[in-house]
Amino acid sequence: MPSFVIQEKCDGCKGGEVTACQYICPNDLMVLDEDLMKAYNAEPDMCWECYNCVKICPTQAIEVRGYADFCPLGASCMPMRGSEDIMWTVKFRGGTIKRFKFPIRTVPEGSVSPDGGFGDGEGSLDDQLLYTEPASLRADELWTMADHQ
Amino acid sequence: MQDFETVEVSTDLLIIGPGMAGSGACVEAAHWAKKNNLKVTVVDKAAMERSGAVAMGLSAINQYQGENTPVDYLSYVRQDLMGLCRDDLVMDISRHVNGSVHLFEGYGLPLWKDENGNYVHEGRWQLMINGESYKAIVAEAGKTAVNADNIYERVFIVKLLLDKNDKNRVCGAIGFSVRENKIYIFKCKACLVTAGGAVHVFRPRSTGEGMGRAWYPPWNSGSSSYLTTTAGAEMSSQEVVFIPGRFKDGYGPVGAWFLLFKATATSASGVNYMGEGLAEGGELHNWPPYGEVKPIPTCLRNHLMMQKMYSGDGPILMHTDKAIAKLAEQAPDEKAYKKELKKLEAEAWEDFLDMTISQAVLWASKDVFPEEGPSEIMPSEPYFIGSHSGASGAWTSGPEDIQTDESKSDYFWGYNRMTTVNGLFSAGDGVGNSSHKFSSGSFTEGRIAAKAAIKYCVDNTDMPEADSAVVDKLKQDIVAPLKVYEENCAYTTLGATKKRYDMPVEEVNPYYITPKMAMFRLNKIMDEYVAGWGNQYNCSATSLNLALQELKRLKEDLSKLSARNLHELMRCWENVHRVQIAEAHTRHKLFREETRWPGYYYRTDFPKMNEEKWGDVFVNSVYDEEKDEFKLFTRKKYSLVDIKEVVGM
Repeated sequence: MPSFVIQEKCDGCKGGEVTACQYICPNDLMVLDEDLMKAYNAEPDMCWECYNCVKICPTQAIEVRGYADFCPLGASCMPMRGSEDIMWTVKFRGGTIKRFKFPIRTVPEGSVSPDGGFGDGEGSLDDQLLYTEPASLRADELWTMADHQ
Repeated sequence: MQDFETVEVSTDLLIIGPGMAGSGACVEAAHWAKKNNLKVTVVDKAAMERSGAVAMGLSAINQYQGENTPVDYLSYVRQDLMGLCRDDLVMDISRHVNGSVHLFEGYGLPLWKDENGNYVHEGRWQLMINGESYKAIVAEAGKTAVNADNIYERVFIVKLLLDKNDKNRVCGAIGFSVRENKIYIFKCKACLVTAGGAVHVFRPRSTGEGMGRAWYPPWNSGSSSYLTTTAGAEMSSQEVVFIPGRFKDGYGPVGAWFLLFKATATSASGVNYMGEGLAEGGELHNWPPYGEVKPIPTCLRNHLMMQKMYSGDGPILMHTDKAIAKLAEQAPDEKAYKKELKKLEAEAWEDFLDMTISQAVLWASKDVFPEEGPSEIMPSEPYFIGSHSGASGAWTSGPEDIQTDESKSDYFWGYNRMTTVNGLFSAGDGVGNSSHKFSSGSFTEGRIAAKAAIKYCVDNTDMPEADSAVVDKLKQDIVAPLKVYEENCAYTTLGATKKRYDMPVEEVNPYYITPKMAMFRLNKIMDEYVAGWGNQYNCSATSLNLALQELKRLKEDLSKLSARNLHELMRCWENVHRVQIAEAHTRHKLFREETRWPGYYYRTDFPKMNEEKWGDVFVNSVYDEEKDEFKLFTRKKYSLVDIKEVVGM
């Protein structure tokens, strides 16, 4: 059922401010059972398999089992998302294992500046220049119809 | 039923839905708001870090101009949409989009670079990225810009509010928290709706657990369209859906395979249907002038695929193995060959793992190795996505300076990307006829709209106000599905048992309908009568009128929607939003008596394109909520520049 929570590993994020999977799921599927202090996917047939719950879970309690109406059983794709890159382990039904590592960002989380390092720009509210332009365009000026011959 | 607390928030600019467009709006609005001492407030039904269509990530940025001009880009977009787009909107995004991409790089998004430090292109307009964290990175810039205190997450906006003295002016929005019993009323001078496109209006191909595996995310439920339509804004091209042809079932991307790896696709019997269509006397010549010029429009590529499938020569196969072998063969020796093969393999898998992990799961579960054999591709169900090769959305003002004397009176009314309702702006999937903006162009359009919206706030300093009687009624309407459930659930045995899962589709009760059943009913109507995959994308006036009858009954039954908790309450309102765009779409399809986008849908009673009658007009509509009536009409399309040559991909 798309993403699922392994009972033994889930502690409901009891040490954290929020239950991580419940916080992140873009489709509001993950629910914390407060009596058990365990989370579960309450609406698996609306799961996009975006893996955000899998990636964010602090105890690696969440995995994905491919949609059973078209995926044969036995395979898995598991990510380990670090601060700079993500490592994927792809296990095939037939036993093959492949590993891939890709970068995810070039500056540390929490250090992003909205101007992207280009400064405020030269525009005013009455012209066509957007914030950070023209520097962010890496051009001297913005294109206009007059540039089209 | 438990009481709901009402929370009121006053602001200057309200941004609804900080996906890519909304995040761009946050960055831009915060800057101009600070200069003018104005407040910006943001509301998201999810967590901004991973909300919207890019929540999973992307493996490419599909709009980057590089050294090309906005006219070049326009030539490509106009060709792809079979002649119909708003030239001013398309060129406006195009001239700013490089700046957005450079901002992303500044925010820390890893863009692929070659040995000379240049971006790696997938095609002329497309850049390869390591995009697992694309949304998280862009959202961080937006959140930092507007400040976390001004962001309301897990609040679902049900409806916009209009000024009691001027029904053509927006004054706020109303919704509810999906986490606690709170109704939210936002009061604003200007409102920017960037709440995405629509999925699950049509029946998806997978109907079990895999129902959520739409190509576009299931949480995009037509809110942009609903909010602007019911506020009375003029809408455009609601008939122009998008149907992506992707790897079967997982809907994994094919762009890298076609553009980067130069793979070809054939019918089951091995016919290169694109080549066949292009050749002298081929099918594409039945769709002049667009079919005769490269790049072949997206709908016509679908059309060629569908012709093969429905004449019995399916499935369609993408020859991944041949493409990889050909690329690797270019290596000078065995060692270099193996190295190249490994590199290509990693690139192919990253394409999936960055943006459609399900496709990787599916290939792993079927032991698919792309270097060993071909894989099936398949057209999906129709989606509403104005940012891609569809065109549905609001009719908005364009920029003042990209106009001709003629176009200006129709395309410009004071504020860029303002709808026909004063103070109401849109961007991204919310704006019609500015197709092919994708993630970077949506972010750009959000920036454009946000700057104009701040200017609107500066120019219009008085605070509009909603009619309190209207607000009180909406507060009751919003929670009504909870009441319907509570009052009727004990009638059946199942209603009294303690259930673990949120959406028991089997909960039968004559007094209500669950939100999921309402969605299934909608999906069936649309699939069978309005050109879904189940009817091989065919419709006619007869089937469309039948759909309208059924939609009317469905709309009536929406008052019997039931919800057992706040999550289900959100599902109820999402489906109310879906039904609205479904009806608008059906009416637009009925109005345009031709088949302009074969491969997206076929009007079997008007199977040809009619350039003379429909070639230079958009179909627009205005909805009157009090009367529950749509008015449909055409708007003239202006060609702002002559296109001498179409610039390809």
